Amino acid sequence: MTEDRKKASEEQLAYAGVLNIGMWIGLALLVITFILYISGVLPSYVPIEKLSEIPQGSNVPYWGMRAHEFNQAFNVPTGWGWTSLVAKGDYLNFVGIAMLGGLSILCYLVILPILIRKKDTAYVVIAIFEVLVLALAASGILKAGGH
Amino acid sequence: MFNSKKLSTVLIIVLSLSILFLGIYAFASEGQEAAKEAAKEIVPGSTTPWWVWPLVLFVVTFILGILAVLGGVGGGVLFVPIVGGFFPFNIDFVRGAGLLVALAGALAAGPGLLKRNLASLRLAIPVALIASAAAIVGAMIGLALKPNVVNILLGATILFIVLIMAIAKKSDFPKVPHPDKLSQALEITGIYREESLGKDVEWNVHRTPQGLALFIIIGVMAGMFGLGAGWANVPVLNLLMGAPLKISVATSKFLLSITDTSAAWVYLNQGAVLPMIVVPSIVGIMLGSMVGVKILVKAKPKAIKWMVIVLLLFAGTRALLKGLEIWK
Repeated sequence: MTEDRKKASEEQLAYAGVLNIGMWIGLALLVITFILYISGVLPSYVPIEKLSEIPQGSNVPYWGMRAHEFNQAFNVPTGWGWTSLVAKGDYLNFVGIAMLGGLSILCYLVILPILIRKKDTAYVVIAIFEVLVLALAASGILKAGGH
Repeated sequence: MFNSKKLSTVLIIVLSLSILFLGIYAFASEGQEAAKEAAKEIVPGSTTPWWVWPLVLFVVTFILGILAVLGGVGGGVLFVPIVGGFFPFNIDFVRGAGLLVALAGALAAGPGLLKRNLASLRLAIPVALIASAAAIVGAMIGLALKPNVVNILLGATILFIVLIMAIAKKSDFPKVPHPDKLSQALEITGIYREESLGKDVEWNVHRTPQGLALFIIIGVMAGMFGLGAGWANVPVLNLLMGAPLKISVATSKFLLSITDTSAAWVYLNQGAVLPMIVVPSIVGIMLGSMVGVKILVKAKPKAIKWMVIVLLLFAGTRALLKGLEIWK
């Protein structure tokens, strides 16, 4: 009995397994797409040399601007608009970033059937709410800042 | 206590890091001054090639990754004040990157900690729901605030973290006389093998409602400042709720993967993520962490921890003074 309790539970091991694989894939994607970006193999949406440049009439470089100012300056889409730019070297990196950001949602979805099977009602409810919270965050519905 | 040899080691390391960061700052200031001059001309331009700062960022985050492991802190709490204070990137992008850096670190450590049953899913899941929801709110507030307000609040928070790190005690095996009703209902309990004692340790938690309430505040701050929140998770799990220290540290690390995910999405969707800042930082910190783990065997943790405290004190003061426009 004690030996069983010392071991990680079925849902814990399932969560860890998916997390591990997803993490390595996400990181590999991040490195590969970044190499494509800085090598110039794919053209960037925001020219790479512009990032450190100081625009006319300003005293801060583009990457020193507030996010919404930067987005206005380069007409950058917000929310999931980046998906329309995945052919561009810089926005292709968002695929790996989104994968890392989506992993937790995936892991919760994987453990939900296990929790349901175990009739762990409280954790089924909490897990569903967590998926909804993370999905809300990822959806792009929530707006912030943006003067 | 501190003997003269340890003190000398710490002072040398602090001095080296101070020279490094002051050098970076001087380089940045010179670049900015020259850039201001260039901006006065009709033709805009940059005096610093685009690749310089990401390269410096990679080197600095590599060092931070080593220090984070040796000092027992997360990468986020070092990343945001130091990169925000000494690099030319806007604090919006720094916070977005900070969350992704902390997230990447948590995702890397999470599987191993879960498999070894050091991170507890049962403890983490209820806490994560509260913290991740609060982190969304924090991220939205943080992106709406003016940068100087963010820097003032960030500086104050970092200095508070320094205080916690300096004075907070840790309890390896807190006494939990009676688990509270909520933790009993949720069956938040476990057993793990404590190798240092050669025995199994059974654990429970108490004060769960109070802990969950504190995680609201922790979540808001994590989202607002782009910090990892491990600095707050561990004391709450360990000292307030009574989870053993190893379980607290491991569960906190895993917890960051969920808390930071929600806040990171808000920054991503608001366009506050730049791959040129994020990727070198993530790769730098992760490589540094791997090296830090290897060095940890031989390093003297207490000396390194005090060095990290001094570094954070410097970075927090810098953020505060930057926000007050005393040290631009």
